[in-house]
Amino acid sequence: MKEITYREAIREALAEEMRRDEKVFLLGEDIANYGGSFKVTLGLVEEFGTNRVKDTPLAESVIVGAAVGAAMIGMRPVPEIMFADFMVLVMDHIVNNAAKMTYMSDGEVSVPMVLRAAQGAGSGSGAHHCQSVEGWLMNIPGIKIVLPSTPYDAKGLMKAAIRDNNPVVFLEHKMLYATKGMIPEEEYVIELGKADVKREGSDVTVIAISAMAPKALKVAEVLAKEGISVEVIDPRTLKPLDTETLVKSVAKTKRALIVHEACLTGGPGAEIAAILAKEAFDYLDAPITRIGAPDTPVPFSPPMEKFFIPSEQRIMQGIKDLLG
Amino acid sequence: MKLTNEELIEMYRLLLLTRKNDERINEIYARKGLPELPHSCMGEEAIAVGCTYKLRQDDYIIPSLRARGMFLVKGIPTKVMMAGAYGKRTGPARSLSTSHHMGDVSKGVMIGTGLIGSSLAVATGAALGLKDMGKDTVFVISFGDGASSQGDFYESLNLAVIWKLPVIFVCENNGYAISTTTARQMGVENVADKATGLGVPAVIVDGNDVMAVFEATQEAVARARKGEGPTLVECKTNRWRGHSENDRDAYRNSAEVEAMQRDCCVTRFEKHLLEKGILTPTLAAEIMQSVAQEIDEAVKFAEESPFPAPEEALRHVYAD
Repeated sequence: MKEITYREAIREALAEEMRRDEKVFLLGEDIANYGGSFKVTLGLVEEFGTNRVKDTPLAESVIVGAAVGAAMIGMRPVPEIMFADFMVLVMDHIVNNAAKMTYMSDGEVSVPMVLRAAQGAGSGSGAHHCQSVEGWLMNIPGIKIVLPSTPYDAKGLMKAAIRDNNPVVFLEHKMLYATKGMIPEEEYVIELGKADVKREGSDVTVIAISAMAPKALKVAEVLAKEGISVEVIDPRTLKPLDTETLVKSVAKTKRALIVHEACLTGGPGAEIAAILAKEAFDYLDAPITRIGAPDTPVPFSPPMEKFFIPSEQRIMQGIKDLLG
Repeated sequence: MKLTNEELIEMYRLLLLTRKNDERINEIYARKGLPELPHSCMGEEAIAVGCTYKLRQDDYIIPSLRARGMFLVKGIPTKVMMAGAYGKRTGPARSLSTSHHMGDVSKGVMIGTGLIGSSLAVATGAALGLKDMGKDTVFVISFGDGASSQGDFYESLNLAVIWKLPVIFVCENNGYAISTTTARQMGVENVADKATGLGVPAVIVDGNDVMAVFEATQEAVARARKGEGPTLVECKTNRWRGHSENDRDAYRNSAEVEAMQRDCCVTRFEKHLLEKGILTPTLAAEIMQSVAQEIDEAVKFAEESPFPAPEEALRHVYAD
């Protein structure tokens, strides 16, 4: 085992997959010598050259549109969108091209593309550089959505995403890049579509997305001392969602709380809550609780941004309220 | 590229097939005989045929909304295209999409999209993939004058030129984007001017002269195969009918449209071949008969084919 940061884990995954398959290549703004705005791709151009680590012009739409075309012709591109907020510039290529090609070709064509983007608040970057976008994407048939919360998950899921023959949107949380974790020395891959029970518990199921997972774990640690046993599940993949693991947990604990940094209305929690309301109806002893950011743009000023992001206090209060 | 007499006759047949196929589909749609809304290519056939003829099987195309002839030239059977317009199971990809955007990997046809301009980026990326794979395959994509206002037009041409990608941008400039004339659409006279502004070599040809379109495209193809990057070939032409068969075309006056129809690209080429003795009246009549028969058979095939089962709509959302 070795210690590694979240950003290094992603970099390792990219490097390993690029060594394994010459069809894998990266494209994005300032990803070559500059190493990317978050330094995830730093150093890769030295090993793989500028033909496989391509600096693009400032033109998000064609970055992803071209990636779709390259994927359709047999390459395996990993385009980067610098900030997930810019996803809106490439929505046509995700929704109307990438997500539809397999269907419209009746299975003849595939789009093996992994679209990486950094999302989330906490860096004081303001309304256009801090959003969480998974809620926007959940409604699109034909894509997969992955949000790792640890270095271990980030590396394993990135490898799986690159090997997947479908378009995968891989949302990295920018506040997690420097976090550290242990990973095996030997190669490993984490199957997409499998949630991870990060902490077992019996009183309440907390389904925590992306950077909310480490927070939920801290809260669980504190509550354990008060005699409250919290089960923390990290879905890891939102599409396809591992409903079985979530329902199994709620069958055990009888209470469900979903927490995410996306705005509350229409966020990923809404879909998960609706699924649980149907599939776990007979097990629930309390209404399903959702905690999300308020329905506002992300404010810049530090105390306002702190207020925006669901805090450990809010999560803790949410759990206590659920337990009555 | 010098074409043999047989090849010239084949080009003529493809022009005629494109024209007659379009006429027949419009006629069937007018009596509500098929579900797909046609976007007539009458008047513009020379562009579709000229820019696709003699491309290799592994060269790729994405036709514009209107350039239906490109499918036929690339080898999609007339009856498959017709079955697609009927929405039948025997249409391309069992008619999951309208036939405007169909694809066929074996024939080098890539699936398009209903969003104008979007495919320019996809084609540019495919050209990137082909180049990185070390192939000398090229990508020919056609689009209208309206598409040249779309953001992806600029982003795609820009990327293609800085990375020297083997993509040929064929612009069918018929002067109208639905009801909006090019004078109201853009600040320059020619779409080619925009390309030049981005550093992309561009030529302007008479879009009603199939040989002019062919020669300009072949030159661009040769450049692309040698790794010299993209070209824009702007073909000036006219749209004879409305934007779609639901468009009453009331924004144009009949005198204007009648004037357009006097310069028919099919008749022009026929006349040219007759003058050269490559075509004879007898042969021309035989070709007309054969084309009519092919279309009759296509219609029969489409009408007799079954619809897909409704549940077939749930297949292949994801690749394995």
